[in-house]
Amino acid sequence: MIQAIVILAVMGGIFGAVLAVASKKLAVETDPRVDEVLSVLPGANCGACGFPGCAGLANAIVNEGAPINACVPGKEKVAKEIAAIMGLNAAPETVRKVAQLHCNGTFDNTKPLYEYKGVMDCHLAVTQFGGPSYCYYGCIGLGSCEQVCPFDAIHIGENRLPVVDTSACVGCGICANQCPQKILQIVPINKQVHVRCNNRDKGKKAMDTCKVSCISCGICVKNCPEGAITLLESKAGSVAVIDYDKCTSCGICVAKCPRKSIHLDPPIDPELTICEQPKEPEGCAACAAKSVCGLH
Amino acid sequence: MNYEKRTFSGGTHIQDFKEFTNSLETQEAKAPAKVYIPMSMHIGAPSKPLVAVGDLVKMGQKIGESQGFVSVPAHASVSGKVIGFKQLPVPNGRMADCVVIENDFKDEWLEGLIQPEQNPQALDAKEIGARVLEAGIVGMGGATFPSHVKYAPSKEGKKADHIILNGIECEPFLTADHRIMLERPERIIAGLKYMMKLADCPKGVIAIEENKMDAFELMIRLTEQDSTIETIVCKEKYPQGSEKQLINAVTGREVPPGGLPMDVNVIVNNVGTAAAVADAVEFRRPLIDRIVTLNGNGIVRPMNYRVRIGTLYKDLIEENGEVIGDIVKVISGGPMMGFAVYTMEIPVMKGTSGILVFNEESQVLKREEEGPCVRCARCVDACPMGLEPTTIVKAAKRRDWAKTKACDVTSCIECGSCAYVCPSMIPLVHYIRLAKQYVTSKDGNGAVNPFLV
Repeated sequence: MIQAIVILAVMGGIFGAVLAVASKKLAVETDPRVDEVLSVLPGANCGACGFPGCAGLANAIVNEGAPINACVPGKEKVAKEIAAIMGLNAAPETVRKVAQLHCNGTFDNTKPLYEYKGVMDCHLAVTQFGGPSYCYYGCIGLGSCEQVCPFDAIHIGENRLPVVDTSACVGCGICANQCPQKILQIVPINKQVHVRCNNRDKGKKAMDTCKVSCISCGICVKNCPEGAITLLESKAGSVAVIDYDKCTSCGICVAKCPRKSIHLDPPIDPELTICEQPKEPEGCAACAAKSVCGLH
Repeated sequence: MNYEKRTFSGGTHIQDFKEFTNSLETQEAKAPAKVYIPMSMHIGAPSKPLVAVGDLVKMGQKIGESQGFVSVPAHASVSGKVIGFKQLPVPNGRMADCVVIENDFKDEWLEGLIQPEQNPQALDAKEIGARVLEAGIVGMGGATFPSHVKYAPSKEGKKADHIILNGIECEPFLTADHRIMLERPERIIAGLKYMMKLADCPKGVIAIEENKMDAFELMIRLTEQDSTIETIVCKEKYPQGSEKQLINAVTGREVPPGGLPMDVNVIVNNVGTAAAVADAVEFRRPLIDRIVTLNGNGIVRPMNYRVRIGTLYKDLIEENGEVIGDIVKVISGGPMMGFAVYTMEIPVMKGTSGILVFNEESQVLKREEEGPCVRCARCVDACPMGLEPTTIVKAAKRRDWAKTKACDVTSCIECGSCAYVCPSMIPLVHYIRLAKQYVTSKDGNGAVNPFLV
């Protein structure tokens, strides 16, 4: 009995000593700021910053010098809090960005090419002649953007085109990346002028395709006082695109466009353009949303 | 006589609907007033047009030059005048640049073609290979892979020890291969001989499905004197005619995932390709026509036609007669793996094995709404590749692409057996295609409009 107690006590002493030495010698230095930064990030793990989840971004900000405003859904508030932790000045208040659709090919403006049957996903339809719409370049309208949006901010409207809920959209860009037609773009919310067309055909063919198609006439390019509009050339043809850095939303191109394919949106209340506190993402917090969640 | 019937594991039995056309002799289709010859009728780089508007061309004249190694030339299928270039839709969902030729109905061959070679047996492998390329021959089963590429020396120095001629034709409705085996068997055997010489391969196998016993018995009779050629019969099962399944049935070998038949020292070609090779080698005849099965309940007289490449579906169907009822679906190829097309203004290409026209009364196309998976695992039993379609599709539905990759979704041959047997009518292949797009796309964002890139 005593023998056993002594043996165990001696063993305990030896192991304790080894562990004490090991904890000093093999200690891994962690920066306490990583945990602090992680605690102020939204925890949605949406990946919009380009790092693997919020923990990845926290580590990158503290150790690798990633920008403190990299968190897209966290916006200004989170950037300020991170700045306080890191002892930096927060970046000036930025205008928040939302998704804009470069297509107006509603049922009224274009016609169907064929009847699509099968799994409702734009990626499948696009491989068949650019989708069931008569325009090879326009919105397919099967709602892949709606399925992938982690913030429930984009929905297919009555006219089969997606409608962006600008109050919910955080400009993470997942829909823009996933769109097989590449007709969604992340744009500052205070920009009012948008080309609502992606058709690359020339003249008559473009006119036949859709009532409101861009025919690459170049009138907008010539009339823009800021030189903000160019014709984007591609293998298939060209389409007018706006450089949002230069655009002042003057609206001259909107008035000049013979095809009414450039639109002027109503102005936005300046209060709403500033990055505010992010909304809580829907669905399970670990994966941001039901639609992309692997578990639910 | 009793023969051993070979097969693979998995697969499913499908009603074959071949009785409409398999006993009717192939008819020569009228050459149309205009042909539209696509510059990309094959897998690989499109051909480059060699003619200009206004040029006069003869039958068999090369009008498109091959670009690169995996590419073949295109030839005029009628004599006449080039009147323009036009973009036409092709069944794979893209547009192809076509050379439009107005037919003068003289059918004049280009000089030097269609002259029998005096001593074809004396030709060496290099010359045979050159003639196969020059004739623009591609796999005529439907995949349209350029044939000369299959016979080019492999980088690892692999040599084929079996050349399998695929006379299975497991797609329902199609009988084009069946008819060519009955009508031109000696050309097929001659073509196989040239292929064996080209690949320096000691053994040729002609594989035929058991629902074509007449063709099988004919082939047996014609090859029994020849010890290098074996004719075998395979069970009637879908997809017996798929390359990997056929290799497995004939040789017992398994092509590794992502591999080619050459990895297991086998070359597979369609019987139609063999006949075209024989014509190319002995007569320098380019591939300017092919046998097409015209069938479906919208067609008055289901029939096999020998059709000039570049004939519009519309012209061929018009020649056959008025269509019956309201046409709701036109399929290029077979009903299992063919492509639904939205217009009849599509040219017949080198890989067009059939055109199926269905009206709204068709029972073949009836498909109910997708229901929930009942976990019966019939798709798992049916999968000829040994995959678990149900697991892949469940992962695809929740957009878990990493899981679909782990389930080896890229090995799927999209034969459609799983969707055919599914009692819940789940379009499994459709979901699998979506998963494949995400797994194989470079940025992980799925497919991008082919017109944009």
